[in-house]
Amino acid sequence: MPDVNITVDGKKVTAPAGTLLIEACKTVGIEVPAFCYYPGLSLQGACRMCLVKVEKMPKLQTACTTVISEGMAVTTDHEEIHQARKSMVELLLGNHPLDCPVCDAGGECELQDMTFSYGASESKYTEAKNHKEEQQWSPVVFFDRPRCILCYRCVRVCDEAMDVAALGIQNRGSGSVIAPNMGDHLDCEECGMCIDICPVGALTSGAYRYKTRPWEMNHVATACTHCGDGCKTTLGVRRSETGMEIVRGDNRDKSGPNGDFLCVKGRYAFDFANRTDRLTQPLVRRNGKLVPVTWDEALTYVGQKLAEIRSQSGGASMGVIGSNRTTNEENYLLQKFARVVLQTNNIDHQRTADFAAFAAALAGRPDATASAREVFDAPAILLIGNDPTEQHPLLAYQIRNNVRLHKARLYVVNSESVKLRRQATLFSQIPSGSEAAFAAFLAGGDVANGANRDEWNALRDQLRKETGLVIAFGSELRGASIASLNKFALSVQGAKLICLADYANSRGAADMGVYPDLLPGYVPLIQGSKFKAEWGTLPDAAGLTLPGMVDAAKSCKLKALLVVGANPVFRMKLDPATFANSFLVVQDLFLSETAAVADVVLPAASAYEKSGTFTNTYGDVQLVKQAGEITGTKSDFEIIVRIAERMGYDVAKLVPFGSGSRADMGQSRGAQSGEADRHAVWLEAQGLELKMNPFDPTAVFDEIQRLVPGYQVSRLNLMAGNDQHTRLDQNGGGAVGDPALIQPANDGLFSSGSTGRYSKTLNTVMENRNRVEMPKVAAD
Amino acid sequence: MADLVSHPDEIKVVSKRFGQGAADIDRYLALDGYKAAQKALPMTPDAIINEVKTSGLRGRGGAGFPTGMKWSFVPKDSPKQKYILCNGDESEPGTCKDRLILEHDPHSVIEGVMIAGLAVNAESGYIYIRGEYRYLSIIMQKAIKDAYARGFLGKNIFGSGKKFDVYWHGGAGAYEVGEESALMESLEGKRGIPRIKPPFPAVVGLWGSPTVINNVETLASAPHIILDGAQKFADYGTPKNGGVRLFCLSGHVNKPGVYELPLGYSLKKMIYEVGGGIPGGKKIKAVVPGGSSTPVLTADEIDIAMDFDGVAKAGSMLGSGGVVVIDESTCMVRFAQYIMKFYQHESCGWCIPCREGTDWLKKTLDRFHAGGGVKKDINNIQYLAENMMGRTFCPLGDAAAMPTISIVTKFRKEFEDHLEGRPCPYDPVGSVRLLPVLSH
Repeated sequence: MPDVNITVDGKKVTAPAGTLLIEACKTVGIEVPAFCYYPGLSLQGACRMCLVKVEKMPKLQTACTTVISEGMAVTTDHEEIHQARKSMVELLLGNHPLDCPVCDAGGECELQDMTFSYGASESKYTEAKNHKEEQQWSPVVFFDRPRCILCYRCVRVCDEAMDVAALGIQNRGSGSVIAPNMGDHLDCEECGMCIDICPVGALTSGAYRYKTRPWEMNHVATACTHCGDGCKTTLGVRRSETGMEIVRGDNRDKSGPNGDFLCVKGRYAFDFANRTDRLTQPLVRRNGKLVPVTWDEALTYVGQKLAEIRSQSGGASMGVIGSNRTTNEENYLLQKFARVVLQTNNIDHQRTADFAAFAAALAGRPDATASAREVFDAPAILLIGNDPTEQHPLLAYQIRNNVRLHKARLYVVNSESVKLRRQATLFSQIPSGSEAAFAAFLAGGDVANGANRDEWNALRDQLRKETGLVIAFGSELRGASIASLNKFALSVQGAKLICLADYANSRGAADMGVYPDLLPGYVPLIQGSKFKAEWGTLPDAAGLTLPGMVDAAKSCKLKALLVVGANPVFRMKLDPATFANSFLVVQDLFLSETAAVADVVLPAASAYEKSGTFTNTYGDVQLVKQAGEITGTKSDFEIIVRIAERMGYDVAKLVPFGSGSRADMGQSRGAQSGEADRHAVWLEAQGLELKMNPFDPTAVFDEIQRLVPGYQVSRLNLMAGNDQHTRLDQNGGGAVGDPALIQPANDGLFSSGSTGRYSKTLNTVMENRNRVEMPKVAAD
Repeated sequence: MADLVSHPDEIKVVSKRFGQGAADIDRYLALDGYKAAQKALPMTPDAIINEVKTSGLRGRGGAGFPTGMKWSFVPKDSPKQKYILCNGDESEPGTCKDRLILEHDPHSVIEGVMIAGLAVNAESGYIYIRGEYRYLSIIMQKAIKDAYARGFLGKNIFGSGKKFDVYWHGGAGAYEVGEESALMESLEGKRGIPRIKPPFPAVVGLWGSPTVINNVETLASAPHIILDGAQKFADYGTPKNGGVRLFCLSGHVNKPGVYELPLGYSLKKMIYEVGGGIPGGKKIKAVVPGGSSTPVLTADEIDIAMDFDGVAKAGSMLGSGGVVVIDESTCMVRFAQYIMKFYQHESCGWCIPCREGTDWLKKTLDRFHAGGGVKKDINNIQYLAENMMGRTFCPLGDAAAMPTISIVTKFRKEFEDHLEGRPCPYDPVGSVRLLPVLSH
């Protein structure tokens, strides 16, 4: 678009044609206030706060609906404008309860800010204010009508951005009111976007209300710990008896790939971390019962036992199961621990997508993966399998809003009539299980028979005409099918791929080599000379897969098993006696089904209580920051290092931490809103080395950046809290394994594996209770 | 059925078939009905628009926008379907002219819609009738049905091979829907909330298509312009204010009713001669010149010509032609309160100044009139109205603010007479009853 020149308060502004005046003003730092205007949502012109003077126009104009035109001369700072804004605020305050001292929004309220800026100190009215009782619309959404200023943001975000349309406007005039479209309650996804976007305290969250004042919280920017999308979130954290309590999650600053979006899990399901039945003391089985012991006792016992089994039966008799939810550093450390300390390749995790085959298919094309941000800008998207609305809420949000705002073309191929079909240019419903056949067809095959033939041909022709197509596929496609899809992608100009996995760090677990046959970065064992050079000797033969370890345990060949953040007994529906003959060590948050049959249970910190990085399913690596700590727990990282130390291993070899005194990385005392980052950024800018201790994941991230192909992202950007897209397998590698090894969790919007079971919110929202039970098992 | 009135000064154009049974299609045809549409059929769209431009016809809904110009704004090259929309949501207090047209001469509206359709290449038209005018929609339904039966509407109008459909739609009882874009929202089945302009309806209107939206009287004038010639119509009025229009004379006059008078007719003459003066020989206190939303004129300001420019010069608006005469026995505070009660009830609630402003004005005026007012209320009433003025989303806010500002500035003394616990001097008993808590 050609640029248009205007002047605002005498300043020259140049912006593309079609820019709204309110946005053009922002570019030169002139703030035009508004309640109803919200970027990305439809225009309202309802609050009349953004009135400005435009030369040659008799009346004041709303900057939010005025499109700039060449030569336009605008005044935003004028007595008439100030008076207009002041009178709007006065009118709003007329019926506003002014219960700011007890209002959740107090201190974060746009009406307060406007009153502060434009002044409306005098009350002009004698009549009583209109009062209405507060309503509860769902376990998490409360509505306080007198506080509502009718900006309609909630109605629009629900309808336009979420495609849920659970809210509407009822009545007219001064009786106008926001109301659920389903009588007295919400029938929705419970995403809480309406609460988040509310400029005042009219919509409040059941999880947060009356718990704190905004300025009493620590605000910790981290990544969500649930699905694979990796939304950035800012946690509101208070101190409590247990150490900390997270009371709020939002992404109000719109940093991260998700903008201000969070789903029900991201917004509320951190609450599992606050549970009082968290494990806070190590447990050791004595006389058949798990009894609490000190950390020292437990770690010494584990170290001795593992060392003993290693020397008696060898590394091949031991196994390690990793997690989809531990950090990259922990996953990396865990596989390194398995290989160099336990001397075994028997390490695996619950694979929810076939990243090994994905890496193999994309070998030599390290930039062929799309980031979460790219989904929002892509001119066209092909979605095969999966139901992002349920399983990848951010992906669904990005697709939906790309279609709405940028007119992207969406092609959906699915066996179910998924909700995203509503945004689709073309929706093809295929028989369940025929996703692989479709991938083969795309790669150049033909359809032998079937009603879909003409439809598929037309779709393939249309897809080939696209440029910059983003292809996202669910776990329905595995192994060779992914190679087929990649072959098709090569025929579309600029096509990029996304492999969808279920949990917050499923991709990270895969990238970090939590595989029996692949080293970090999908490097096959035989090509691991780079790793051997740093780590020393490694076992050469491929280890046992997860089902292989279970079989070995059943046949008494598995003498020891370390389970970190996983719950195979529940997940794989195992007989609890499966591990009766193995020395079973479990690191977990709760006494899970697997922990209940363990010999030693070590209470782990959740992802909210430690630092590190996560890699989302798109390959975007993000910082995970410690929000606080639960007394008695330790991070999996620390636990692994301490076990290695008790086994007599030189931890400096395991964690190459720098020399010098303990670094002030915030790690040990709870990161205080970015202070550690600033310190790190400063150090890096000065060309100085960070000083670290053996429990500092940053030391391992150094090694990851040195050894793992694709992770050479900007450290500075990462530390500053930005998501950084990794490259997938620059050197060639990966492996096409047994498709049966892929066991997707099929979590929906209101479930999240084992942690979801401990979330009060997820278990109380009505939509979850009413939901038809999906055939699902928890993955970890 | 309203009683019809007449006066020798009237030039009956739009009202010429009133009282002659023209709702019946045969009777309408006998009275030159549908001749204009047939005359327009072979004309080019530009020729029709030029005729309307020459006639000087300006919108009769209230804003007075030149009709020919409005029609010419419809993009000729747009591939989209185009629509004609007849605004029959007549709700302005003091206005009752469209009601007579729809009752006595519904076919002229259909014919006007057809002519507008021919002028902009539209193939369908909608006649939106105010919800409260239910009996008129029954008349209109019959008229449309009859026109279809005769082949005047449908796939082959008058055997010309051209297609034109007319539909009617009933409102649900909202004054706000008289605003053109809110009317389109309502017709589309949504809440009656105005739209952001631009784009204007001529480019993006009903269902996103170019749309001409005109008042009933404007469209009913079109057949007369086409049939009798534009110049003849123009000559009835004053320069730039072509034609005659229906004035709805009400309030304190001896002979209230709808009179069709040439534009530029003297307001004083209209009240004293056409309307037969004030009952009981009382004096005039104020006159509302064009529906309740226009600023009131005092008795000293009524010696003006009733055309768009003449009334504007006097600081008010010709509006919808609803002339309301208020005699000296009327309390102006009560009048302001009465108007505000209407606007508060009819505000759609979309934007802050109108939603909150009308509500506070109503509450304040209610209390004030009943004797509960304090001195700062007078300034506050003015302050509220002035801060609504020009800042609302649609003209309804102005419609509520304008009369209020004019009353509080021109009749400030009457407000002061209510002060300090004094109930209304014109109706002390009635007003105190309104305010049991604050009264003495």
